[in-house]
Amino acid sequence: MAVDMRLPTVKSPPVSVLDRKDLVVPGDVITSDTGFMRGHGTYVDEDKLTASVAGKVQRVDKLICVRPLKTRFNGEVGDVVVGRITEVQQKRWKVETNSRLDSVLLLSSVNLPGGELRRRSAEDELTMREYLHEGDLISAEVQSVFSDGALSLHTRSLKYGKLGQGVLVQLSPSLIKRQKTHFHNLPCGASIILGNNGFVWLYPTPGQQEEEAGGFYTSLEPVSLSDREVISRLRNCLLALAAHKMLLYDTSVLYCYESSLQHQVKDVLKPEVMEEIVMLTQQKLLEQES
Amino acid sequence: MATVQVSEAEKVYILHGIRDDLRVDGRGCEDYRHMEIETDVVSNTDGSAKVTLGHTAVLVGIKAEIGKPRPMVPNEGYLEFFVDCSANATPEFEGRGGEELGTELSNTLYRVFNNKHSLDLRSLCISPGEHCWVLYVDVLLLQCDGNLYDAMSVAIKAALFNTKIPRVNISSDDEGGKEIELSDDPFDCMRLDVENVPCIVTLCKVGHRHVVDATLQEKACSVASLLISVTHKGAVTCARKVGGGSLDPESVFEMTEAGKRVGKALHAPLMALLRQEESLGMKRHKVGFLG
Repeated sequence: MAVDMRLPTVKSPPVSVLDRKDLVVPGDVITSDTGFMRGHGTYVDEDKLTASVAGKVQRVDKLICVRPLKTRFNGEVGDVVVGRITEVQQKRWKVETNSRLDSVLLLSSVNLPGGELRRRSAEDELTMREYLHEGDLISAEVQSVFSDGALSLHTRSLKYGKLGQGVLVQLSPSLIKRQKTHFHNLPCGASIILGNNGFVWLYPTPGQQEEEAGGFYTSLEPVSLSDREVISRLRNCLLALAAHKMLLYDTSVLYCYESSLQHQVKDVLKPEVMEEIVMLTQQKLLEQES
Repeated sequence: MATVQVSEAEKVYILHGIRDDLRVDGRGCEDYRHMEIETDVVSNTDGSAKVTLGHTAVLVGIKAEIGKPRPMVPNEGYLEFFVDCSANATPEFEGRGGEELGTELSNTLYRVFNNKHSLDLRSLCISPGEHCWVLYVDVLLLQCDGNLYDAMSVAIKAALFNTKIPRVNISSDDEGGKEIELSDDPFDCMRLDVENVPCIVTLCKVGHRHVVDATLQEKACSVASLLISVTHKGAVTCARKVGGGSLDPESVFEMTEAGKRVGKALHAPLMALLRQEESLGMKRHKVGFLG
């Protein structure tokens, strides 16, 4: 039993952020030079190019865009996403993926149990809800983007599919670093899927025999206490990193996990502990770079 | 009520975690999330407080007005509650969406706080049968992440502590008419005794155990919860069952005992914090809503 009450503290941004020219807030003048083109997140106000969102300025030749820090997910083909089924429709599932519109997962773009070359019959259409029903979590890849920005997903690989026991952490999509792989088996004893859409899935590292059954079988066996502790710690570490706007990828998460080991799992979310472990993580990352 | 979707496997994970006394965020079954409290945040109220509990954020403002005492109790003032479910908290509250929840919450608050055992209502009386102070307690839900009742009760207690009611002078003129005069000095004010104001503890039955301060995900796994208000001495002043499921008498007893223990432990740090904040006085750096 513990109650932790305190007065709120003012969070001041680190000095290094204040003098960075490439970070803007709405209304900041990016340039008064008229030779540039107006891209996403900007507008022209009295011949001056001004930011309309808070984020980082990016320049490609003559085009200036601002990539917002806090945003919905703008998917691209090949992105790994974690999503939640919201609706079962004719031949498709609707999936919530933190984008502006619900994504679709077509029945024809999932691997059904029984091999890849199976024909999809009318019966499959009727039993769609048995495979995935409302509330289920899936990992998938973006197959294509429709003209209105909605995403079409697919799970045609054994690494994608329905997710079993674990914890979902919802973060900002701009904090996820794009990498070759977004599936990691961390050496601390848990696995992580860093969805490009900001949904991060933490789960106990699966054993060998579980990878059969086409990805629709979920084990409901209790997870061991030690795995649970690792997952909870990782969850709190992710939230700590996100609170300090740190980029998330396997190394940063792992370093953060290591720095948090001297604290109890539940204490990781205290502001002063968060600050401390994020500082340690930053140091470790800098050391590793040099 | 703001709800979240949770898949079957996630539910199993949460349930087993609670069985092992290790919740998803690393807390034990009787641990609260980190709580931040700030009083005197709204300048045009007589007392206000903002409480954040995890991602739940509640703002309470108290306004004192002179009214007529209730005929049954002519020598007591009273409290009025209003809970505003802002659409900022969740889009479900848009339009009239939050009205039902708001009425339910304010009715419960009325039950818990508006009685002479929680607050010395007689001190709110100005002249018996004619004038009394009416405290309008307005609660604004800014963010919902589970455990609204506990956050609200802590915020109300903090706001009541912060409330400053101007002193009044009653002078009678020659014709026997009474005249009420408010003190001009802003520091000449009456404070309320919040010693006996209870805090609400919500216990959610999840599986075979019960948890304190449930998040929305945990709430989704629970069928019923028990809400009890506990004073600093550990006395239970009100109990209510919420949720569609049923509780067997044995677990009700267990939950009440746990609630008493947790509730009792809630008061001392809260009062210490409020006194500490007050002792800072003008030196206190106000954080408000942008910090």
